[in-house]
Amino acid sequence: MTLTVEHATLPVLGRLPIHSSRAEQIAHIAEAAKQIRIQDLKLVHHAGAGHIGGDFSAIDILATLYGAVLDIAPETVNDPERDRFILSKGHVAGALYTTLAAFGFLPVAELATFLKPLSALNGHPNRNKVAGVEANTGPLGHGLPVAVGHALSAKLDVSLRRTYVLVGDGELQEGSNWEAMMAASQYQLDRLTVIVDRNRLQQGATTKETNDLDPLPEKASAFGFAVVEVNGHDHGELLDVLSAVPFRPGKPTFVIAHTHKGHPISFMSNNVAWHHRVPDAAEFQQALTELERPRFTGELV
Amino acid sequence: MTLVHTSIADQPRYDCRDAYVETLAELAHADHRIVGVVNDSVGSSKLNSFRKAFPDRLINVGIAEQDMVGVASGLANGGRIPFVSAASCFLTGRALEQIKADVAYSNTNVKLCGMSPGVAYGELGPTHHSIEDIAWLRAISNMTIIVPADPIETAAALRWAAASDGPVFIRVSRMSVPKIYPEDYEFELGKAITVREGNDVTLISNGTVLWRALAAAERLAEEGISARVLSMPSVKPLDTDAVVAAARETAGIVTAEEAVAGGGLGGAVAETVVQQHPARVSILGFPEFAPTGSAGYLLDRYGLSPAGIADAARKLVTTGT
Repeated sequence: MTLTVEHATLPVLGRLPIHSSRAEQIAHIAEAAKQIRIQDLKLVHHAGAGHIGGDFSAIDILATLYGAVLDIAPETVNDPERDRFILSKGHVAGALYTTLAAFGFLPVAELATFLKPLSALNGHPNRNKVAGVEANTGPLGHGLPVAVGHALSAKLDVSLRRTYVLVGDGELQEGSNWEAMMAASQYQLDRLTVIVDRNRLQQGATTKETNDLDPLPEKASAFGFAVVEVNGHDHGELLDVLSAVPFRPGKPTFVIAHTHKGHPISFMSNNVAWHHRVPDAAEFQQALTELERPRFTGELV
Repeated sequence: MTLVHTSIADQPRYDCRDAYVETLAELAHADHRIVGVVNDSVGSSKLNSFRKAFPDRLINVGIAEQDMVGVASGLANGGRIPFVSAASCFLTGRALEQIKADVAYSNTNVKLCGMSPGVAYGELGPTHHSIEDIAWLRAISNMTIIVPADPIETAAALRWAAASDGPVFIRVSRMSVPKIYPEDYEFELGKAITVREGNDVTLISNGTVLWRALAAAERLAEEGISARVLSMPSVKPLDTDAVVAAARETAGIVTAEEAVAGGGLGGAVAETVVQQHPARVSILGFPEFAPTGSAGYLLDRYGLSPAGIADAARKLVTTGT
């Protein structure tokens, strides 16, 4: 398979100047989310595999974190005082790689190797292979315990660095998360923020049909977290919430981001079939159109 | 002054956990990065004094092994050197995927200390026995596996682990063992130690069984059989040169360990011999879930006593099987 020029033309977005207005930040995040979705669509289509539904569910959250919240940059990717972000729902690695490329952590051209033999861009992220990846994830229920360790190390260092972890809602069915939440609460890790991508769908069914998580806010609250609910596709809401944590001193924060798998593509959104389906040529074109781009004319070989 | 010769079996006995906690405290005093991570196992790991000396640096996540290993991985990311201390059966079994994905696959600097391994919890039964730990972890890339035989080697292994960068698993026994090594012993990864010279047969052992292998060699010597005893604390990486030399120079090899008979030290030795210098290997360990009984009883029952090891060696020398 060869790559078209189009496949590797994701514009690299930098961080905004420190005194940017809220409106400028939201515009920046929106542009990033749009570019990341377009590139991610191409990534999955080219690779013939991936988890586009979960990718699109999480991209607004990723764009907000990398675009305006996290104190990390390509040049400080190994700085001990950087903020940490862990993608616990590691199967949406494509979204993370594309986000990292959009913000300059990863050469855009490298995205073309996604899932190819010997590529650093595995189907699930590896911290030794990709700059900016903080933990190996993929098997579910791993990211939150590791994030608790990150936050504990910051606390031991008396550091102000923050730890954010994005978990899938279905993933919360793994008991290790609740072990970690108890520890986060016990250690009063208020620099730790758990973001739940609450799209209410897991691989083959709704979470409600499978092993219902509700009442999730009450559960998280009972585990000692300060709980906030947001529209996970509203950049303004995400920005306001994620940059304002902790909400309660001494308590870790639990942000329930209400999302739709496959958002905002009409035929993917909130459709369980798009957990790891790959768009065919027609679906690809339609999705591109819906992402407000000129019709894709590059040749896909 | 006349030195009275005493057999290894008659030496005073020690609990390796004492050397463990003493060394961990010594390392923590010297290096602020060192932290302990436990699953409510403060008492069973003998870490009360450590907790008193370093209250902030003993992280107790409660009875939650998956979380414990994940937390250790996160602590390492922040520059800490976590020593995870928990009953080996739960540390390795309950958190096996965390050990694989969060520690080994990412080559994270986490030291896993499996307490009371093997059949140390004899009477508590196979749920609490940890005879599988070595075989499980040996299958995972990037894992270093060390099975110390006495308090001196336990301390030396801990010092080595603290100074190394990457995942290490160390078995720390609660079963009483005599001192085997000189006080100035320094652990060297991937090296066997010839603790007794011999040319007829080779006994390869580690952990709580090493002194029993030495005692077996003493018995064999009385019968005129010269047994070489190799201490193999480093199961992974294995000293394959020493194994091949034993296969070449003696009638065969007996491996003896407090672990499942296959997949551990015996398995590693057999794989080496089969591929590099075919020779007879007799593997002593636990071939099944052990019944209830004290650790000593269980070791004897499955041929891991001095007499049992001597029997296997004698059979190998006299009948070739």
